[in-house]
Amino acid sequence: MFYREAGQFKTSYAADQAIFPILQDRIFVAFLLLVAFVVVPVVANEYWLSTILLPFLVFSLAAVGLNLLTGYCGQLSLGTGGFMACGAFAAYKLSTGFPELNIVVVMLASGVITALVGVLFGLPSLRIKGFYLAVATLAAQFFLLWLFNKFAWFTNYSPSGVISAPPRAVFGDFFVTGPQATPAGKYLFALTLVALLALAAKNMVRCRVGRSWMAIRDMDIAAEIIGIRPLTAKLSAFAVSSFYIGVAGAMWAFVYTGSVEALAFQIDRSFQILFMIIIGGLGSILGSFLGAAFITLLPIFLSNAPNIFGLSISVDTVSHFEFMIFGALIVFFLIVEPHGLARLWQIAKEKLRLWPFPY
Amino acid sequence: MIRKLVAAALGTALGVSALAAGTAQAADPQFIPSLVYRTGPYAPNGIPLANGFADYFAMLNARDGGIGGVPLLVEECDTAYNNDRGVECYERLKNKGPTGAAVFNPYSTGITYALIERATADKIPIVSMGYGRADASDGRVFPYVFTLPATYWAQADAMVTYIAGEEGGFDELAGKTIALVYHDSAYGKEPIATLEALAERHDFTFETFPVAHPGLEQRSTWLTIGRRLRPDWVLMWGWGVMNSTAIKEAAAVGYPMDRFIGVWWSGAEQDVQPAGADAVGYKSGTFHGAGADFPVHRDIFTYVYDRGQGATERELVGEVLYNRAMINAVLVSEAIRTAQAVYGERPLTGEEVRWGLENLNLTQEKIDDLGLAGLLSPIGLSCADHEGGGQLRIQQWDGEKWSFVSDWIEPNRDGFLRTMYEGSAAQYAAEKGIAPRDCAN
Amino acid sequence: MSAFFIDPFVDIFSYPAFFLEVLIGGLLAGVMYSLVALGFVLIFKASGVFNFAQGAMVLFAALTLVGLIDLGAPVWLAIVATIAVMVTLAMSIEKVVLRPLVNQPAIILFMATIGISYFLDGFGQTIWGSEIKTLEVGIPKSPLMVGEVLISRFDLFAGLTAGVLVAVLAIFFQKTRVGRALRAVADDHQAAMSVGIPLRTIWVIVWSVAGIVALVAGIMWGSKLGVQFSIVLVALKALPVLILGGFTSIPGAIVGGLIIGSGEKVAEVFWGPALGGAIEDWFGYMLAMLFLLFRPQGLFGEKIIERV
Repeated sequence: MFYREAGQFKTSYAADQAIFPILQDRIFVAFLLLVAFVVVPVVANEYWLSTILLPFLVFSLAAVGLNLLTGYCGQLSLGTGGFMACGAFAAYKLSTGFPELNIVVVMLASGVITALVGVLFGLPSLRIKGFYLAVATLAAQFFLLWLFNKFAWFTNYSPSGVISAPPRAVFGDFFVTGPQATPAGKYLFALTLVALLALAAKNMVRCRVGRSWMAIRDMDIAAEIIGIRPLTAKLSAFAVSSFYIGVAGAMWAFVYTGSVEALAFQIDRSFQILFMIIIGGLGSILGSFLGAAFITLLPIFLSNAPNIFGLSISVDTVSHFEFMIFGALIVFFLIVEPHGLARLWQIAKEKLRLWPFPY
Repeated sequence: MIRKLVAAALGTALGVSALAAGTAQAADPQFIPSLVYRTGPYAPNGIPLANGFADYFAMLNARDGGIGGVPLLVEECDTAYNNDRGVECYERLKNKGPTGAAVFNPYSTGITYALIERATADKIPIVSMGYGRADASDGRVFPYVFTLPATYWAQADAMVTYIAGEEGGFDELAGKTIALVYHDSAYGKEPIATLEALAERHDFTFETFPVAHPGLEQRSTWLTIGRRLRPDWVLMWGWGVMNSTAIKEAAAVGYPMDRFIGVWWSGAEQDVQPAGADAVGYKSGTFHGAGADFPVHRDIFTYVYDRGQGATERELVGEVLYNRAMINAVLVSEAIRTAQAVYGERPLTGEEVRWGLENLNLTQEKIDDLGLAGLLSPIGLSCADHEGGGQLRIQQWDGEKWSFVSDWIEPNRDGFLRTMYEGSAAQYAAEKGIAPRDCAN
Repeated sequence: MSAFFIDPFVDIFSYPAFFLEVLIGGLLAGVMYSLVALGFVLIFKASGVFNFAQGAMVLFAALTLVGLIDLGAPVWLAIVATIAVMVTLAMSIEKVVLRPLVNQPAIILFMATIGISYFLDGFGQTIWGSEIKTLEVGIPKSPLMVGEVLISRFDLFAGLTAGVLVAVLAIFFQKTRVGRALRAVADDHQAAMSVGIPLRTIWVIVWSVAGIVALVAGIMWGSKLGVQFSIVLVALKALPVLILGGFTSIPGAIVGGLIIGSGEKVAEVFWGPALGGAIEDWFGYMLAMLFLLFRPQGLFGEKIIERV
């Protein structure tokens, strides 16, 4: 009824190619951004900001990164945790080594460093494919964690191997790390960074680079024949993806937890992010966000559920059930909609277009 | 594109209703959160810890109606030994009850690290009893973190003291070789600096053997130790499945068990029982006794288990880890009692409980009164000293139970460990831009 | 540099007996990885599914077995009952998960098995608890001295078990009717169906066999470590074995295990000190990755032929 594009004529290619070609979508997104930037920091309490929204934002960014590689370029990677660790430790070394660097620069620079590492570990992808590649990326996962754990230089010779974020401000008194930072400030910082990077990702997959990734994903030999270089396409996907994941790792260490050790980025983390993009939808930026929301919120909801409904169940039973429900839901979602939540969202939009008169 | 906040908005509604449900409690209890891990890879160790913690508070509620007439409300939250779950539990529980959480006991070095900054900002004390940051013993830099009754550094020092005693004096250590097998993580690396310093001081050779998490495979480590290096003593900083595997592998290469000493987290029934007969003679450090023959256990049986409200089975009361968490509960409740003497018998805030911890003075007399005689050494904390000067012992597994094989050992704190704590804490303060508070007045 | 390029070799040549010990220990440890890798291979071979739940199945089988023994069942009965449970599990997985997901891309099926793995972890622990349990089925543990060289009797037994298991599987695959059907399905689903091989039954059989292999691995690892949640993590040690040997080769799983096991032990003992130790964790993966650069289909994997 109100979601109709009738009467909205596109008079230029630019308008036709817009990310949100429909006016209602633009209004909706503008409204969402308004809510995210203005309403949420005012309304949400500390629990919501610092334990749900912040990890959600960090995970979304990492999921966008992995989705670029796995969803768009078709290279299955299980090294996400290692690359996040790389970003976290790069950010730590940069910000303690050059205290005058602005935190935004630190974040982006650690992304660039991770991108270089990502390219290095992406090299085998030129020869190895499919699950063989997935298991080979585990080499990156284990090697990087070992490296950060082993060489004290990465942790500035802290006796325990734990890094903690030094207090840093974006400008003036606006601290986003360290004890002076407020949850709302951290949230806004993370939100801005994630929103900008997600916009960049969305545009990247719509331009030449993104198209070459998708060609490689759909059939690499055919892509090669039509003149796409697998070398540049695959390695650029590894680089860009690692950049995003590295920034996410830096945000995890600096903005979310404040202090981490290498073990925080274990293999479970890699799987967690892989879940997000598969549940959310492979090859969809929106899907990365939906998947991240689903995977971060579900366990928290499940472990809070007995409280909400006033049931008293022992915590171990809750945790075991959480495992079971989580596993069952993954299978359920895959059966119901293998293309993920993003596809469900598409279907909902199609329905909404015709609603309430579907005939 | 960015539609993520639909979920957030929905969730906010849920969160609010959850909070409303949470506040509808009975007359003003003291809220004590309990972070546990009854699930996950470390559950075998987490379960007795969680039970001991729960049972002591249940006993206080049943016997005395709480502390000073204030009933205790304990709520568990399962972290699965996972840092981000731990943070979520912390944020969820910190504002519960009329005055918020009294104190957090994370039972994980990783979670402790993640909470230090948050808890300091929220003014809630963290009691990391026998884990966490050793340098947090410097209360000037870490006002809200407590390491009572002893740190890993103190443990390492006490082990070397014990070894010196067995060898016939510190002079005999010269030329000996001591190996450390450690979990390759923040936790396992804690004792290295101390042991290196001691190696230099007493002129023994110190070798380290990291074991990758989770420690399922240690063949190469133990072949090197048992068949090649053959050190005079082996120390171990292990956790979970790593412990029993190490004991088995040590036995498989024929390393003598009575020269193999684990840290207190490598010295519970769960660590030796899977190794069966191989483990007989294995030793570990500890800061408390094992067994259920102490007066405090009688009260727990009478007031909790006889009423069918125990957290576990009767036979499992008195296990090493059960007793450890029970002692943790004792320390917390005595701190609350201490603080109540000043702030009145009402639910206390985290800040008030911190005062109680800093002024906690468990004398031998008080320990006897609490029914803990022989279980624990006296502890006294202050503004600057958050460790409290606890003493340590070495225990040995005889195939059935743990029993002490040393007397209480006083770690060499003055002039050695304190200096190291303060140095490390000062570095942390500099990095974090913290001005240490003045403890003089 | 000499710590890396010279000293290890000097060490090896000055202590040949010790080197032999490490090598044998590594080979036998590798066999323990192979036991887990075998389960992966079976399922991948017959259905093209990379079954991540194999680790969870090992834990589940071990938990069930030890749970039944604790309830007072004699060992043989408990083993039979556990096999029955694993077969039931295979049937439910086929019905609930695989059948609805037929013809989906491999990554979706892979994800589904991760879902299964979570479910099994929770389910097993809900029923049997998370406490550590001792599994004692009478495997000898005392070390054996052959001249100067120490060999673990337990590992020898594990090696023997793996050998028998592979022999049985080989006979099963090569000589029986069902085995031939399995190989047909592995080669081509549609062609197999068109000659009247019931695909669903075959899948149930494969998952059941993988379940039984999981039980064997569970018994070995369970008696080695005690039955506890950490057992699921041995799956991570099996993955490099799997890629090195090739996803589709049963002998590959054994040879891969031997190479990875001995390689990582020798590397850890002789090169570890130069690098700071604990290199075992990634060494297997690096070794396997280097191998793949030369043979992208693994040691014994089927050659990948791509056409446009």
